[in-house]
Amino acid sequence: MSALLKRRFFDQIKVLFGAEPTKPKEISPAAQQIHFYKKGNRDLIAEKLHARAHATPSHKWRNRRWATLIFANLLFTLSFGLDIQILEGALTASRFVGFHLIDLNSALQVMLAHKHIINNLLIGTGTVLVLWALLGGRTFCSWVCPYHLLAEWAEKIHLFLVSKKLVTDQNMDRRLRTVFWAIFALLALATGYTVFEAISPTGILSRALIYGPGLALLWVLALLFFEVFFSRRAWCRYACPIGLTYGVVGIVSPVRIIYKLDGCFHEGDCRKVCLVPHVLDTVIKGRAVEKEVPIGPDCTRCGLCVDVCPTGSLSFEVKGLSKLA
Amino acid sequence: MSEIDDDSANGNEGSSNAPRKPSGNGTPAVSIAKRQTNRRRVLRTILLTGGVLGAAMSGFLPLVYAQKKRLRPPGALDEKDFLGSCIKCGQCVQVCPVSAIKLADLVDGVGVGTPYIDPRAQACDFSCDAVQCILACPTGSLTYHKPDFLPVRPGAALAAKPILLAKEKDPEPTLNMHERIGVARLTRPEACLAIQGKGFKGQTRGPEFKGKMRYMDVDRWKPVKISSHPYDVAECDLCVRECPIKGAISIETVFAPDGSQRKSPVVHEPCVGCGVCEMVCPVEPTAITIEAGEVWKI
Repeated sequence: MSALLKRRFFDQIKVLFGAEPTKPKEISPAAQQIHFYKKGNRDLIAEKLHARAHATPSHKWRNRRWATLIFANLLFTLSFGLDIQILEGALTASRFVGFHLIDLNSALQVMLAHKHIINNLLIGTGTVLVLWALLGGRTFCSWVCPYHLLAEWAEKIHLFLVSKKLVTDQNMDRRLRTVFWAIFALLALATGYTVFEAISPTGILSRALIYGPGLALLWVLALLFFEVFFSRRAWCRYACPIGLTYGVVGIVSPVRIIYKLDGCFHEGDCRKVCLVPHVLDTVIKGRAVEKEVPIGPDCTRCGLCVDVCPTGSLSFEVKGLSKLA
Repeated sequence: MSEIDDDSANGNEGSSNAPRKPSGNGTPAVSIAKRQTNRRRVLRTILLTGGVLGAAMSGFLPLVYAQKKRLRPPGALDEKDFLGSCIKCGQCVQVCPVSAIKLADLVDGVGVGTPYIDPRAQACDFSCDAVQCILACPTGSLTYHKPDFLPVRPGAALAAKPILLAKEKDPEPTLNMHERIGVARLTRPEACLAIQGKGFKGQTRGPEFKGKMRYMDVDRWKPVKISSHPYDVAECDLCVRECPIKGAISIETVFAPDGSQRKSPVVHEPCVGCGVCEMVCPVEPTAITIEAGEVWKI
């Protein structure tokens, strides 16, 4: 990793906790050269191919992701509903053919509130920690969390209303998520109750899917309502401490999106579809510090940017392994 | 299509080398419009903070206004420790052979998603023999061995490990439980058929009742509906007859205040609070009730 990428790596950790991305102070000569040639040098053939690529939108990663998310949650439901016993429990804690799996944020809440950690809790938490450290941290959010899927659909309604000028997206301070994380950790520690679990839409939805609906879904509906009419993806962007927990896990993850400066037309479509556009600041004209820049830990690896990019400038990468797709 | 993002707000995107115009005190100039936008954003952020924290805090209301204690599954820690340690996954729900365990809803606030038993609808009859819910619990909310630092309330501890009548002849006849989850109490003696000297004939709880129980003379490993198992007893003793724990309840001859003798069910110390007596009691509403979280008082 070059010194510039190392600096960016640490900057992106700050961005994960809510800092705004800043313009790089220094850009490598190789990247500088590409930035320079992009000014005033039109490649008409490339533009034509590019226009054609725009006309055929891809949903490859979105479809794979939705299928995975639905399959994972269905496996929970069927394990209990049809008694096939493959994945027993709910997203907060479960057993996959006997192996304990425990959600990191729920485990944290229980450990802080109860202050007593039994072996099964430790084993399940460790397994999940290793699993998501390998798979990309916030990959959990976009590939497993059932609230993410509902919020994605609510986002479509929100964007439709925005296009009709009926609502506007009211953005907020992203540092709020870190504040919530700290508040809920302190609340668990001080009160001895797992306060966040009572309002976690992930837990509520997961249980509703497995054990049947309840009044708690009203809270999930309220959140979705807020996101449709007031603020785009507000819960996932500004509030959810689960996202921050998994984001921290993803800092060291080998699975990530990589940006290649060469073919990029700097149109910003990727930033428009992205849940966390602050991680894609590097695609802005003149900002990439190297020819290839990995995207930071707040990225949920949802692949919407990969789908929307007509030039293939954004792609999945497993560090040290052959490139995917 | 061209790049649309917040760069225009940052000032000088495109001509990236041009320096920002410094204002008088050295900080970058911020327009009035931008400052207003920022202020609104701060207000909105505070609004969201308040909304989420308000919702979270409202979870404590049911604790403040707790009207009725929940009967927790066997092996549950004391209520506060239970609420703090339960991860709300429902694995205990999944392993229960008689579906006695339900998950609490929004009205339970911080207890949302925690397991409880409504014994009148479906009691725990220990037909799993090994207390499966305790085995399934990943956090130790339901446990055989309470950690040393958690105190045992006086009267909550069982004098001896309860003997399960169904496996009395097995090499290990006991349930590995050290504390009771409640105590049965004859709350409506005036309605009790035994006290009135009446018998009972037919399906207890009626033909529509969905509750299940293990009957050893039907199948040790397959609980059946109570409605499929009618009774015909000259003097009602259903609560004693179906109690799964040895020596927890019996019909005794007692003296009424007026000095007359009569029969009555009497609960004894081994009662763990499973609720089978409440489920099978044929009168409406039940004459015998489980008091959740109650301890044995002499």
